[in-house]
Amino acid sequence: MTPLSAATQLLEVVSATLAAPIFLGWVNQCRAWLQNRTAPSVLQPYYGLRKLLHKDAVLAENASPLFRAAPYVVFGTMVVAAAIIPSMGTGLPMSAAADGIALVGLLATARVFLSLAAMDVGTAFGSLGARREMMVGFLAEPALLMILFVAALISGTTSLPLIAEGLSSHALGLYPSLAFTAVAFVLVLLAENARIPIDNPSTHLELTMIHEAMLLEYSARHLALMEWAAALKLFNYACIGFALFVPWGAGNEAAGPLGLLLAVPLLALKLIVAGAVLALIETLSAKLRVFRAPEFLATAFLLAVLGLLVHLLLGA
Amino acid sequence: MNPLPLDMQLLNACAALLLLLSFSMLAQRRTVNLVHLLALQGALLVVATLIVAWRTGEAHLYLSALLTLALKVFGLPFLLHRLIRRMNVYWDTEPVINPSATMLIGLLVVVFSFGLAQPISALASTATRSTLGIAIAVILLSFLAMITRRKAMSQVVAFLSMENGLFFGAMSATYGMPMVVELGVALDVLVAMLVLGVFFFQIREQFDSLDLCHLETLKERE
Repeated sequence: MTPLSAATQLLEVVSATLAAPIFLGWVNQCRAWLQNRTAPSVLQPYYGLRKLLHKDAVLAENASPLFRAAPYVVFGTMVVAAAIIPSMGTGLPMSAAADGIALVGLLATARVFLSLAAMDVGTAFGSLGARREMMVGFLAEPALLMILFVAALISGTTSLPLIAEGLSSHALGLYPSLAFTAVAFVLVLLAENARIPIDNPSTHLELTMIHEAMLLEYSARHLALMEWAAALKLFNYACIGFALFVPWGAGNEAAGPLGLLLAVPLLALKLIVAGAVLALIETLSAKLRVFRAPEFLATAFLLAVLGLLVHLLLGA
Repeated sequence: MNPLPLDMQLLNACAALLLLLSFSMLAQRRTVNLVHLLALQGALLVVATLIVAWRTGEAHLYLSALLTLALKVFGLPFLLHRLIRRMNVYWDTEPVINPSATMLIGLLVVVFSFGLAQPISALASTATRSTLGIAIAVILLSFLAMITRRKAMSQVVAFLSMENGLFFGAMSATYGMPMVVELGVALDVLVAMLVLGVFFFQIREQFDSLDLCHLETLKERE
């Protein structure tokens, strides 16, 4: 482990944790602009977190230790996931610990704890949200795995930093397989992060909600951690997307400290564009009925598998 | 890892898009959009034919591209749109199986046809042989679309898209059929379309609907 790789690793984790709420704030700001509303500040999620952290936590009487531990577990897994996604540099010491498949497992761990905690207190909304979350997760996970497999097949490894490095060193060309999987990835990102066609992140106390329904019993610092983890999850997904489909600019060992310095503004630029596009997609689409969600995710799975097959047939 | 020249990359992209279009046809619920997709498929065929023609320098391929453009991008969709307008059948009823299941069956069909094409393309000597699997997949997916639809109109669109798949298959296996055959097929499709248009009116007059379930009973119920 060189000092540079250690610095990259540290910078990546810290900046992901700190920038995630700002990224969420940017998406919300773009959405507000597109809907002709007065936009909240980019720092609004931070204000919300500060407010929540100052409050006293209230727990339900029959809450088990799992309910109290879940926010820390969910937040922790998201931070670990941020550590193995090559957002700024590919020379990550942590990435040897987990590859792309383990990353999907990490995300699944967070989902399982979130759902268990939601069912723990035994309210109707909590278990409703947990069931829906598990349904979406069980459909989105195979699609996400297929997407990773396509990238892994093209670059011959399942380790995310190596995939990003391999893909960025390829000659520019038309890759129908990557185009298909990119579309599939956007669909999975929307579904997994409770964005509009599947769930509306700005609803509260509605029968159609998924993510919010699971957080209803949380308050104060627990809620703050859960919301921070959700923002971090969106950030992580965006970075997975960059690593697979726009891998250029992530610094590597060869590029030295200068590469790392260049990677930071480039990542910021990618995030700004991705946030705007995400807001645009959300504004243009209407929320689907819950029963249409399987169809939506089946499309994502189909596109990912088509990408895989097209890659096997055409080698492109 | 990118040894392919640009024109082959473009051709591969066209082939992949054709496959994607077949799937969107399977998923599509509105008959009008089905016709739009058919026209788009024709346009992609024209592009693919032009690429192959440019690459191989075969003059008759330019002609068949022109024929495809006239017939499949403008002619047939125009006829279909007129029929839809006249008969007022913008919507299809629910297909026989639900769309997600159809898509998954479609995936199996694609795997099957890629496997089927593997030995054939290993024997073929054309530069376009790798797209043969996609052509077979397009044909079989159109078959599937015909099986899973009830209304006559969407079945005809699926039939036409099958013809597109056959055309693409011929092009990737042997750089297109001889001109005489191609002209004959084009004429056949056109005539079939006109005759089927008349049939639609007959079917509707007899049963008050375009649902082909009514044709399955041999005797009229008393």
